[in-house]
Amino acid sequence: MAEGNGIRDLARYEYKYGFTTEIEAEAAPPGLNEDIIRLISAKKNEPSFMLEWRLKAYRHWLTMKEPQWANVHYLPIDYQAIVYYSAPKTERRPKSLAEVDPLLLATYGKLGIPLSEQEVLAGVAVDAVFDSVSVATTYKEHLAKLGIIFCAFSEAVQNHPELVQKYLGTVVPDSDNFFAALNSAVFSDGSFCYIPKGVRCPMELSTYFRINAPFIGQFERTLIIAEEGSYVSYLEGCTAPMRAEHQLHAAVVELIALDRAQIKYATVQNWYPGDSEGQGGIYNFVTKRGICAGVDSRISWTQVEVGSAITWKYPSVVLRGDNSIGEFYSVALTAHRQQADTGTKMIHLGRNTKSTIVSKGISAGYAQNTYRGLVKILKKATGCRNYTQCHSLLLGDRCGAHTFPSIEVQNASSRVEHEASTTKIGEDQIFYCRQRGLSAEDAVSLIVNGFCHEVFRELPMEFAVEAQKLLNVRLEGTVG
Amino acid sequence: MKDIGLVTDLYRSELSRFEREPAGTMPAWVQQLRQAAGARFADLGFPTTHHEEWRHTDVTPIVENPFSCAKRRPDITKAELEPAVSWAGPRHQLTFVNGHFSPLLSVLERLPQGVIAGSLADSCTISSNFLEPHLGRHANYEDQAFVALNTAFLNDGAFVYLPPNTMVEEPIFVVFVSCPNGEAAISHPRVLIVAGPSSRATVIESYLGLKDGLYFTNVVTEVVLGEEAVFDHHLLQQESRAAYHIATLAVHQGRNSTFTSHSLALGGALARTEVHGLLADEGSTCTLRGLYGATGRQHVGIHTRIDHAKPRCTSRQLYKGILSGHASGVFHGRILVRQDAHETDARQTNNNLLLSEDAVVHTTPQLEIFADDVKCSHGATVGQLDRDVLFYLRSRGLDLEDARRLMTQAFGSELIRFIAHDRIRNRFTELLPRWTSQTYSESFPA
Repeated sequence: MAEGNGIRDLARYEYKYGFTTEIEAEAAPPGLNEDIIRLISAKKNEPSFMLEWRLKAYRHWLTMKEPQWANVHYLPIDYQAIVYYSAPKTERRPKSLAEVDPLLLATYGKLGIPLSEQEVLAGVAVDAVFDSVSVATTYKEHLAKLGIIFCAFSEAVQNHPELVQKYLGTVVPDSDNFFAALNSAVFSDGSFCYIPKGVRCPMELSTYFRINAPFIGQFERTLIIAEEGSYVSYLEGCTAPMRAEHQLHAAVVELIALDRAQIKYATVQNWYPGDSEGQGGIYNFVTKRGICAGVDSRISWTQVEVGSAITWKYPSVVLRGDNSIGEFYSVALTAHRQQADTGTKMIHLGRNTKSTIVSKGISAGYAQNTYRGLVKILKKATGCRNYTQCHSLLLGDRCGAHTFPSIEVQNASSRVEHEASTTKIGEDQIFYCRQRGLSAEDAVSLIVNGFCHEVFRELPMEFAVEAQKLLNVRLEGTVG
Repeated sequence: MKDIGLVTDLYRSELSRFEREPAGTMPAWVQQLRQAAGARFADLGFPTTHHEEWRHTDVTPIVENPFSCAKRRPDITKAELEPAVSWAGPRHQLTFVNGHFSPLLSVLERLPQGVIAGSLADSCTISSNFLEPHLGRHANYEDQAFVALNTAFLNDGAFVYLPPNTMVEEPIFVVFVSCPNGEAAISHPRVLIVAGPSSRATVIESYLGLKDGLYFTNVVTEVVLGEEAVFDHHLLQQESRAAYHIATLAVHQGRNSTFTSHSLALGGALARTEVHGLLADEGSTCTLRGLYGATGRQHVGIHTRIDHAKPRCTSRQLYKGILSGHASGVFHGRILVRQDAHETDARQTNNNLLLSEDAVVHTTPQLEIFADDVKCSHGATVGQLDRDVLFYLRSRGLDLEDARRLMTQAFGSELIRFIAHDRIRNRFTELLPRWTSQTYSESFPA
């Protein structure tokens, strides 16, 4: 089989979202110090508790060391060369979409985000974050009628400081880890979402992140609070232009589900992965964690990771409420010289809590793909259940797939199952498809999609279609 | 993150004392090896729980106890040892007391032409050229502190050599007896087994604590298999419940060789077994099966690493743990498939049974794969006795205790049935229920 050919073909795949937008931006000088943090805070017109919180995080960050344990390799990051704040230049925050810079709207249009509410048609409420600031949030009024707050983080700080102060940092504390501390110190914007008691959010909420300016690090922060008995489904998408330098993306996402609340969080991550030689691309070092704080609550993470030069991400669930449920569904595709170290943590604190982990890793070219997971059942968490399955598919003989699960059980009434396997696509499977008239490429795409099906079906429809297409594009020509 | 390990002054002084001791008849290369390992240990120090591999194994008691090298000749009579070894009806038995070879307690009937089985210290002098290419070459003392420590204090142990095309039918029984005499003794036994091409043999390594007491056994076993060699290894660990036991088994396999190991680890306050298998040439097969049981406040750990360095090798691992009381267990298994090690077939399974509310288990099965034409899988479970089955057994007239005991035994016996040698299988089958009953009477007193 001409697999060598396939890999070359894959190299030719072009990153569709690699354009830049020439937009006037206002940026802070590169580097990080307390003044920059004060500047960010002042730009955002933040109340004093925010500035203090940021400075506390920054001082703590100074004492921390960059983590080395992940199975990824990269040159040291110069934190003083990063621009920590960049915003499209506008007089003030636009009041409505009509005021948003048309260039920006066009950018999101190119990305296929139905920002200018191709409205009722798309039916997805979007908060778009461009470099450091949130540029537009759609459907806000409609949601407000139900009492749902869905807005930019900076707006939430202005309009709902009590909520922000109550919940910010309760799931991912400012001192949690190196990148979370950095984020806490310098985060510039993000999305904020609050679903009041008993409300079922009628539409998918969505955030779209885009890095545009060069040398900038994007540090956004998302906070979702689902009050008692509420439900929300949330989508997140990301892209960035093609640049020869690496750019850092260190986001924090916090989810809080109270009694009987349910949060579904889906991500399609398609940051620029760098070129075939590993030049450029985004370092995606993200901390995502949710807490099932109330009884019978439920949090599910679904992620499709196809972009980024390096991904370092472990969406986790702390199952504190009794009978709560945590789920993690992941597809991680790495090609060329991409590296991904991703997985999840399920911390069972409450009784009869359940968690499910389904992880699918696909490696091609020279890529390295690692699943790293922790299932921890504490002593008082009796009657817990975990099921984990992680499968890896290898396309090419120079890539790697690694599985590092860790299971810790501290009582005798809980059950944990873990299974993992690593293989390549069977010749017989391809042969079967080909003799039914499919080209080798279609066969691979069919098999890979089947391999990922369990995860895709957890995604909302539009995203599932997008994810499937993305995967197909990235897989083009992997098998000859 | 590498923390600087701990080396207490005690070990430093013990090391320098040992270095100053007259080396006797040991050849120069052994002394060099000891010195290199000693220097390495001084750099490494004891691992702390900050080391990823030692995260769940706290060796502080080993570091803090003032262990000193075991007294040379404690008095053990044949009669005292008899009950623990007679099951094997041994015809080839090497006995070591506190790490030192005891010719009186050993039995060596006629071995086939050219086969060597004897004390390592003697062999170093007599058959130095057989040992030099292998001793200290397979167990890595560069980054494993306990291997470095053992190598630095390398003095005695067992040496088995099989010339090409020989077969030893009767198992070779290597017994390490620890008999503390009120002192906290440490011993560093070393085992080296060199199996020539197309040879075949069975070895049982047995660790016994004759009296209850505090002691520390830090053993390193190196097994080198030539082309087409078939080797059956068994490990029976029944140290005293106050003892510390750290064992490292390093296996180096040649082309088309077959290594099978069965282990039963029941003793020790802290017992850790590391198995490092290197499938160094095509077509070799490595099978590891082990059962570990712990109760009271015991800690038991199994750490395996199978390195598929060449194509077309097969590895199988099945480890089962039974944990009761306040015991903690660790299984840490890693399969590494190197680039171009195609047609690798590797499987790893770890099942754990938690019998009490206070028992803890940590299991970390890992796959690290750099080749695509492979079949690799692992599975791990943690659970308890199936209620439905318990109910069924009780409905058939068994009381709860018996039903539990029967199921626990069944859980373990799945593994024992694979043992090829009758007497060894019978011994394992005998020990398991004995241990189970004892555990039940301790954990669930009537």
